[in-house]
Amino acid sequence: MKFVDEFRDPGLIRKAAEEVRRIVDPARHYRLMEVCGGHTHAIYRFGLKDILPTNIELIHGPGCPVCVLPMGRIDDGLSIAADHDVIFAAFGDMMRVPGTNGSPLEHKARGMDVRIVYSPADAIKLAKANPNKHVMFFAIGFETTAPSTALVLQSAKKEHLDNFSIFCNHVTIIPAIRAILDSPDMRIDGFIGPGHVSTVIGCRPYEWISKNERKPIVVSGFEPLDMLQSIVMLLRQLEAGEAKVENQYKRVVPWEGNIAALRAMVEVFELRPYFEWRGLGFISQSALRLREEYAQWDSERRFAIPGIRVTDPKAAQCGEVLKGVLKPAQCKLFGKECTPENPIGALMVSSEGSCAAYYSYEHRKAALVTSLGATA
Amino acid sequence: MCLAIPGKIVELVPASESLAVVDVVGVRRRVDLGLLEDDRPGIGDWVLIHVGFAMSKISEQDALDQMKTLAMLGETDAALQEVRGYGLEDESEDHNEDHTKARSAGA
Amino acid sequence: MTSKDSARTTPKIRFREPQIEMAHGAGGIASRRLIEGLFVPLLNNSPLQPLGDAAYVNLNGSPVAITTDSFVVKPLRFPGGSIGELAVNGTVNDLAVSGAKAEALVVTFVLEAGLATSVLQAEIEAMAKAAQEAGVRIVGGDTKVVEHGKADSMYIATTGIGAPIAGVEVNPASVRAGDKILISGPIGDHGITILLARGELDIEAELSSDTRSVLPFVEAIAAAAGLSIRWMRDPTRGGVATSLNELARDCGLGIVLREDSIPVRDEVRGACELLGLDPLHIANEGQFLAVVAPDAADEVLMAMRGTPGGGEACLIGEVREQPAGAVLITTQYGGTRIIDMLVGDPLPRIC
Repeated sequence: MKFVDEFRDPGLIRKAAEEVRRIVDPARHYRLMEVCGGHTHAIYRFGLKDILPTNIELIHGPGCPVCVLPMGRIDDGLSIAADHDVIFAAFGDMMRVPGTNGSPLEHKARGMDVRIVYSPADAIKLAKANPNKHVMFFAIGFETTAPSTALVLQSAKKEHLDNFSIFCNHVTIIPAIRAILDSPDMRIDGFIGPGHVSTVIGCRPYEWISKNERKPIVVSGFEPLDMLQSIVMLLRQLEAGEAKVENQYKRVVPWEGNIAALRAMVEVFELRPYFEWRGLGFISQSALRLREEYAQWDSERRFAIPGIRVTDPKAAQCGEVLKGVLKPAQCKLFGKECTPENPIGALMVSSEGSCAAYYSYEHRKAALVTSLGATA
Repeated sequence: MCLAIPGKIVELVPASESLAVVDVVGVRRRVDLGLLEDDRPGIGDWVLIHVGFAMSKISEQDALDQMKTLAMLGETDAALQEVRGYGLEDESEDHNEDHTKARSAGA
Repeated sequence: MTSKDSARTTPKIRFREPQIEMAHGAGGIASRRLIEGLFVPLLNNSPLQPLGDAAYVNLNGSPVAITTDSFVVKPLRFPGGSIGELAVNGTVNDLAVSGAKAEALVVTFVLEAGLATSVLQAEIEAMAKAAQEAGVRIVGGDTKVVEHGKADSMYIATTGIGAPIAGVEVNPASVRAGDKILISGPIGDHGITILLARGELDIEAELSSDTRSVLPFVEAIAAAAGLSIRWMRDPTRGGVATSLNELARDCGLGIVLREDSIPVRDEVRGACELLGLDPLHIANEGQFLAVVAPDAADEVLMAMRGTPGGGEACLIGEVREQPAGAVLITTQYGGTRIIDMLVGDPLPRIC
């Protein structure tokens, strides 16, 4: 696969890992946070922790749109589909996320019309193919995904499509990073920046991190070589006492972002005054809702929703894990009451949630990696 | 939020303003190019696909530059100095030239 | 009454869930829990215990293998095959990987009222053809018709019996650290073909199901090195990951795979990357895994490759002491990760 395989070249990966070892100060402990859930997934998928020195600690950030969605919002979405003979359409990522009375898949098993879509465009196709039903698309995602939802809404408006609406749970990344930096328990040395969000917002929005917070941030791609190179760049900055925004993912990320995508977002969406993030509490100006001109396609305005806040069980320490204060295994429920099969918190449900990733890929490895010897 | 895959545009859908067929090692999907309308890619261009939409053109030149830099990791200090001169750490200053236009020539 | 007696008279049901969910049929963790927690305690008997792909019973002193499988697939027809072929090959394969040659099948049809006769006929024709190719006879069956709206057009179940293949005796307890793991060909073809054939994802690829009988391969490797074959399985629903996890649990050892040696077609890889799926979790209908003693691995591989359709067979890993009970995959550059069983069916993701 072009533009993928080259960045998984084993020889170059080993070289990059050696360079990391060459640069690190063995007396120093580095705490680097990868913001985006896709990077968390990549770290585990490619086994990057195995080839990094132990004094580099990778801390998983809150950039997982499924993980930060409060359970009440899932209940709201499902209640619309239950009451109004509506087709509930969502990405596969949402299907196993537990609501108070079960996940979308469980609701499907009980008779609700639930469809998995790969694209918001598929949802609008569903609406056209089912004129006698209403299709509600449960939209999630950061700025990577919001522009696509925006384009689809613009189509719906242009074509006066009546049987289609969006239940909007799009959130924005900068407030999440701010919440991390504002958190008193945190000490992060540098950030691995979200590569795909940045294809839309560009690199400018991170400048306050380097200027005001004096932390380096490197916008990174998702292949192992991308991430290793980003770590090299971060380490070089840290060793030189610098704090700049750098773009490692140049082949895809434009510094100024994607103007057409931003334009579509601005035309369709506005910022909610505040929004609740699971584990992080209420954050102002951190989520999107449809503008008044699009009210007809806003599920929240078309249908009445219970809007009930569902708090997580006290014992679930999702918030601390989300902020990187605790490691997944340090949560009291991890691996016991809370497993991928029986998830209590959303960090265990989403495949890029740090608890699920750690559970599936890592936690049984502890005793054995040394026994493998040479793997090449 | 982050699963996005590179694919090559192999066909433009005639009846539509913004749809194209993209190929990923023999798998084909229709992709909407609407987010790239300011600089519409054509057949042969590579784009990054997320949820059925093209997010960005992929610059083959930037990819090659990156591979060159990576290949030189671990060289002697003198060689490293030369690599630093390529501007890898200075692109916050010269980012303007970087990616406003894709330089990909396709494959 | 001693506690042992009461254990015999009161089956310990460990399955606590109040209702059956889709995940219980997906072949992953939930399915396993249902079987071990509800079926096994209540049905308790020794041929059942190994929970292999087929069970051996004694008929007048001769061992006979028996197995059953059911087929629920949408769409009924897809590139490379149809539900009828799956129904024949699936059961022939369950017997084959248990070390038995299928002799006869019986089949149950559950049909939805309103089903076009032509559709049923096409499936019976497909089954007849598949049976002939597999060298097995369909000697009986049953048909039920249910109301329109149930049975998704057609459900098929097949039960097969067969005699053991000389020289082969598979048992997870015979697996040892150092044993090699082989696969007969590329993985993921079937599951991805079905996913694309449903048409919901708007993805096209030149892919077809790999459904076929694996009996010729099993017979070939049995002839080459039968006594060295420790364990075999056809990785259907749940994929290679599920089958190997079950082995790791059953034998208490660890399995280490080399990522770069696992054969995957480009199109399967492309579809999996696009959808965020792992080929190791995707169903196969024409492949099988074999665990063999290390000194016989080359012979067995050659025998597989020498069988028509076996050209892509390869060595994908080995058994080790650690990680006990789990499956680990390694990359060329030294990265590792655990490969887990899925809870239910693999779902496409965008994050």
